[in-house]
Amino acid sequence: MLVSIYRYNPEVDDAPYMQDYQIDLPEGKDLMVLDVLNLLKAQDTTISYRRSCREGVCGSDGMNMSGKNGLACITPVSEAAKNDKLVLRPLPGLPVVRDLVIDMGQFYKQYEKIRPFLINDTPAPAIERLQSPEEREKLDGLYECILCACCSTACPSFWWNPDKFVGPSGLLQAYRFLADSRDTATQERLSDLDDPFSVFRCHGIMNCVNVCPKGLNPTKAIGSIRTMLLQRAT
Amino acid sequence: MANIRTLSFDAIVIGGGGAGMRAALQLTESGLDTACVTKVFPTRSHTVSAQGGITCAIASDDPNDDWRWHMYDTVKGSDYIGDQDAIEYMCSVGPQAVFELEHMGLPFSRTEQGRIYQRPFGGQSKDFGKGGQAARTCAAADRTGHALLHTLYQANLKGGTTFFNEWYATDLVKNSEGAIVGVIAICMETGETVYLKAKATVMATGGAGRIYQSTTNAHINTGDGVAMALRAGFPMQDMEMWQFHPTGIYGAGTLVTEGCRGEGGYLINKDGERFMERYAPNAKDLAGRDVVARSMILEILEGRGCGPEGDHVLLKLDHLGEETLNKRLPGILELSRTFAHVDPVKEPIPVVPTCHYMMGGIPTNVGGQAIKQNADGEDVIIDGLYACGEAACVSVHGANRLGGNSLLDLVVFGRAVGLQVKKSLDEGFESLSADDTDIEKAMARLNRLNNSTDGENVAEVRAELQKVMQLYFGVFRDGASMQEGLKQLAVIRTRVENLSLDDKSQAFNTARIEALELENLLEIAEATAIPAEFRKESRGAHARNDFTERDDENWLKHSLFHPTDKTVTKRDVNFKPKTMEAFPPKIRSY
Repeated sequence: MLVSIYRYNPEVDDAPYMQDYQIDLPEGKDLMVLDVLNLLKAQDTTISYRRSCREGVCGSDGMNMSGKNGLACITPVSEAAKNDKLVLRPLPGLPVVRDLVIDMGQFYKQYEKIRPFLINDTPAPAIERLQSPEEREKLDGLYECILCACCSTACPSFWWNPDKFVGPSGLLQAYRFLADSRDTATQERLSDLDDPFSVFRCHGIMNCVNVCPKGLNPTKAIGSIRTMLLQRAT
Repeated sequence: MANIRTLSFDAIVIGGGGAGMRAALQLTESGLDTACVTKVFPTRSHTVSAQGGITCAIASDDPNDDWRWHMYDTVKGSDYIGDQDAIEYMCSVGPQAVFELEHMGLPFSRTEQGRIYQRPFGGQSKDFGKGGQAARTCAAADRTGHALLHTLYQANLKGGTTFFNEWYATDLVKNSEGAIVGVIAICMETGETVYLKAKATVMATGGAGRIYQSTTNAHINTGDGVAMALRAGFPMQDMEMWQFHPTGIYGAGTLVTEGCRGEGGYLINKDGERFMERYAPNAKDLAGRDVVARSMILEILEGRGCGPEGDHVLLKLDHLGEETLNKRLPGILELSRTFAHVDPVKEPIPVVPTCHYMMGGIPTNVGGQAIKQNADGEDVIIDGLYACGEAACVSVHGANRLGGNSLLDLVVFGRAVGLQVKKSLDEGFESLSADDTDIEKAMARLNRLNNSTDGENVAEVRAELQKVMQLYFGVFRDGASMQEGLKQLAVIRTRVENLSLDDKSQAFNTARIEALELENLLEIAEATAIPAEFRKESRGAHARNDFTERDDENWLKHSLFHPTDKTVTKRDVNFKPKTMEAFPPKIRSY
């Protein structure tokens, strides 16, 4: 199979380029894209990419595989390759540090902006704060985010305004805390988001939903935040 | 000063997983100038992969639950070489540490009463083993590690912790008095090498499951902190004790939580027989992990394994029903579909015992202070060096860790180490600054690699090392084959000393990191193999075909591996809990 990889080393390359590798894949075994990268790195140690858990929970190896963002460790080659060719590029829209490694600073900054931690000003009880199973269920589909950035880097609105639009991942997390019965900062959180850019730059394109490797739905969460903002305004 | 930049802190924590971030949070909140140095962005740490939960007597499932029952289970689970003062501390402080996590926002699953949901896990009992199975593992569905790690990162953001993300620590800096005064670290993005100076250096670097071919562990689990301490000449404790988790997905190695069996799943052989009923008539599939793993291997060896090669068994879950599986084990459904191509709602998951956890590590006291021994065999505190989590051996797991106890270990001792560092620094602890020679010594390994011209290939030598460990130091061991394994490791050492780095570039050079990691893996492998050959009995996870019985007369002891002369000595196990009588060793059956 032909694997074409985006290469860029700032110390030696003036511009990025695509490098082609031929690789014989073992018969009868559908490898994941990360396995293929590991095999290639054994031959060419200069290829750089992030990886850790190799089971889709740490969010390290988000990349663009034949045009679609996803996690290399849980994407089978059979799914990512087209016409026996696999094209690997860094996640789009953020600066490249080297090869498939992007600078995620802007993405993390948007995450930090939504104050991603529980705020509750009442004194903590001696045991846990109580929460009903129904209240807890509201966090399902939100807390599972792994911060891989596949969604935000697939979002044209985020490409356009990465400094002002919080982006699908950050907004999913914003709603995770808005939806938590234990959080008491709902009004402050909504005020923080109440400007033309933070939330309202989402145009419902739904690329985020399409690529989320955890099957989460940021567009829906963004809709819920909009509703809360609008209800507050009236 | 040697020709590199120095950054100074009161305390540095190496590792941004559960233990490291809990320690960093404690230190930052106590007002110390703290840096958390981590080779991956914190939420990429391996704690994220923990599934089933955090075991703790919070008395939600059973209002009469008692931390002493949890302590009893843990002591028994450790096969009696867990230190009882440390286990007492962990089990009694545990509830407070878990409630703190909940207050930080951890999205635990809930009971109808609104309390934290607890599920049964292996080796759990009520009333000191007399009251039947307990349900003591606090869970956030089957993503407890993910929820815990993200919550701790969030709490650290709130608290204002200074992070050095994607910085790789290479070696400890030791001053002329033998105290630890920081580390040498590489900023991966720029390639700059910096001396991070500190009065307290906390090793929270996790495990090293990558010494084995088949492991549930992440690629990053290369035991960096333990290897750094070995190179600094400090002893390691109980390194022969490696846990093989009963249920790694066959072929892929990814973990399938013990919570599956806690929720009612069970193992079957090729005849469809629930074979654990034969090996552990009472606890069955919820016996200790070492017991279940060995039973599985015996089934396979005796020809009752599944598949064309007869080399695995099956974990049956379909009888639990789709609704329960979706609610309690959603992550397992995902992993099974992805890596085993099996839908657990309909068919069983192929599983095999897989390397999972390092019970041994840097010996510490309850405050996380690292320990060595003097010439008279007395414990001595190593100034400036601390450890917590999987890198440490405090020891709460002894010869076999109970499921759900690692997450508790992380938060209890991450917190404890923070408290101890604060106390020591408040008492005026100071150490001599490192001089140029000390720093150059700490940089020697990195310098050799950076100047290597040609030599061995990292991927090849790593594969060879993992093969040797898998073959000679796996679930069952015996003297002759371990001798052979040791010979092969000696050859691998000469190859590792001759590793070459072809790519000398600075920006995000993962080839350099992988070479440094391989050197660490070798240190860990050797520190595992030598005490494994030394301990001539079977206890907990250490099962020998040539010494099949536990031998309390000679081996109710920790092993202590000394890297400078590669010898092993014995260290006393603590049988003096502070608030109660010790649990005396008994025959361990489930």
